Amino acid sequence: MIAFSLFNYWIVIILMMAGFYTVIASGNLVKKIVGLNIFQTSVFIMYISMGKVIGGTAPIVTVNTELYSNPLPHVLILTAIVVGVATTALGLSLIIRIKEAYHSVEEEEILAISQQEDESE
Amino acid sequence: MISHHLPALQVVVPLLAAPLCFLLGRYRRLGWILSTLVSWLCLLIALQLAYQVVDGGQIHYAFGGWAPPWGIEYRVDQLNALVLLIVSGIAAVMFPYSWNSIQNEVDPEQQPLFFTCMLLCLAGLLGITITGDAFNLFVLLEISSLSTYTLISLGRDRRALTASFQYLIMGTIGATFILIGVGILYMLTGTLNMADLSDRIGNIGESRALQAGFGFLIVGIGLKLAMFPLHLWLPNAYAFAPSVVSAFIAATATKVAVYVMVRYLFTIFGPEFSFSAMNIHWLFIPAGLIAVLFTSIVALFQRDIKRMLAYSSVAQIGYMLVGIGLVSTTGLTAALLHLFNHALMKGALFLSMGAVCYRLGNTLIDNMDGIGRQMPWTMGAFVAGGLSIIGVPLTVGFISKWYLILAALEQGWWPVAVIVLLGSLIAVIYVWRVVEAAYLHQRPDQAKTVKEAPASLLVPTWILVLANFYFGIDASFTVGFTSSAATTLFGAP
Repeated sequence: MIAFSLFNYWIVIILMMAGFYTVIASGNLVKKIVGLNIFQTSVFIMYISMGKVIGGTAPIVTVNTELYSNPLPHVLILTAIVVGVATTALGLSLIIRIKEAYHSVEEEEILAISQQEDESE
Repeated sequence: MISHHLPALQVVVPLLAAPLCFLLGRYRRLGWILSTLVSWLCLLIALQLAYQVVDGGQIHYAFGGWAPPWGIEYRVDQLNALVLLIVSGIAAVMFPYSWNSIQNEVDPEQQPLFFTCMLLCLAGLLGITITGDAFNLFVLLEISSLSTYTLISLGRDRRALTASFQYLIMGTIGATFILIGVGILYMLTGTLNMADLSDRIGNIGESRALQAGFGFLIVGIGLKLAMFPLHLWLPNAYAFAPSVVSAFIAATATKVAVYVMVRYLFTIFGPEFSFSAMNIHWLFIPAGLIAVLFTSIVALFQRDIKRMLAYSSVAQIGYMLVGIGLVSTTGLTAALLHLFNHALMKGALFLSMGAVCYRLGNTLIDNMDGIGRQMPWTMGAFVAGGLSIIGVPLTVGFISKWYLILAALEQGWWPVAVIVLLGSLIAVIYVWRVVEAAYLHQRPDQAKTVKEAPASLLVPTWILVLANFYFGIDASFTVGFTSSAATTLFGAP
């Protein structure tokens, strides 16, 4: 049971590393954004998990309950989710414009074209 | 009555003006006038706030009347009053400049968007500076970052898009690291208010979680402030953004990130934990010194002068890190002075390059042969800003480097002082390259003749140049402000 008490945090670490690795290792810009999303999601889970108080109920005032979970991290992470959505939207729209300008979404190809441009200036 | 709400207005005014600018739509000139007025209003508010804390007082403002730590608190002390002043001051100079500058560099239908994003960026930067709440800082950081990515992608060159995307990836990783760090601090202390955090962190004692949180925050903020070797996003972002955007973010965004670093190290974690327990200066001094030497040398080989200035910016950040890493009041004073002064000099340099870009269409050094005689005021501003970067006496660059060397010698670390001087010598070479091209080379016969830039570009540039000399000759204001802020940060003596 003790191993399971930290189950959420194990998931957080696995997701965090998977997402981070995808951002760094993937050459495809869309996959990078996907990786970034997974990376951010892991942090959301971390915040949501830390709000849980063992034995506490949902933070809605009722009779006969005295212990509530902490709602603050959940509220915080709502904001962070909105920020994440905005970042994803901006990233994807940049990818569309990159695709129009370079006819590719592969980092290596774009880098090669950019380097040619740098040298031909 | 209204004066009581100044800390909130500092952020709310540009934040509300941003959508208004967007709604004005095709009345682009009206949007520009509105945003210029807003930036001036921000400067007035910042001046008033600075005046109120000049004697070492603090302003506390509880947002919406919710008492901290439940509500968000805005807190102004000498440290962030200075940063507010420089950010809004730079904005007040940049907005009048922007109209003419973007006519050649940004598509007309995107111009309302340009002013909207500039105002959002300004609101975000001012908010980061003034807030006393760790999570609020993250949100405002993302507001300023997202608008900066958009602004960079407005550049005409298609490489602006990839530069913006690269910055988006690295910036978001940095911001997420900050979020993780704040989360760990919240788990440990149960508060997000900075003053409460600093109280409770002192009582935790030795804790692996606290050390992990510290690490996440340092790396996250390090990405934002382009700490070597996390600076890779910066050169392309500054080189391909529209000129006025390069000038604005070079002069403000990294400075605000340095402020956040100082705030976390000194106010929240406290110098005791940051330097005695974590020994963070053993990271800052090498990283700073390598940045000074390495990126200055890389700057020598750039053909695009905007990119050269970008590399030089990373080197200047290096000086600030060294100043923080010296762990003394003089060192911190030097870092804060350089924060203020570097905004003035890089602002002037990037604005003069914006004027060159206005006439030539780009800022490649090969095209700048002989333009010194055709654009005397523009290139004069560049030379003056260059002297300041080098650190010639009577300019602001001299003041901050003087304090930095003093601080290094105070600790007996003369090699640090030598490297700081060496960095200045390399700066002489990269500034001289431009001077040589502009003044000593003949304008090629087939090159088109260029006229002097219009006054709307020259006046803001020269305001910053004159500020360079003014604060270089009479440094009593800046030195007084920064040294008393530094003393407070180290705990009252």
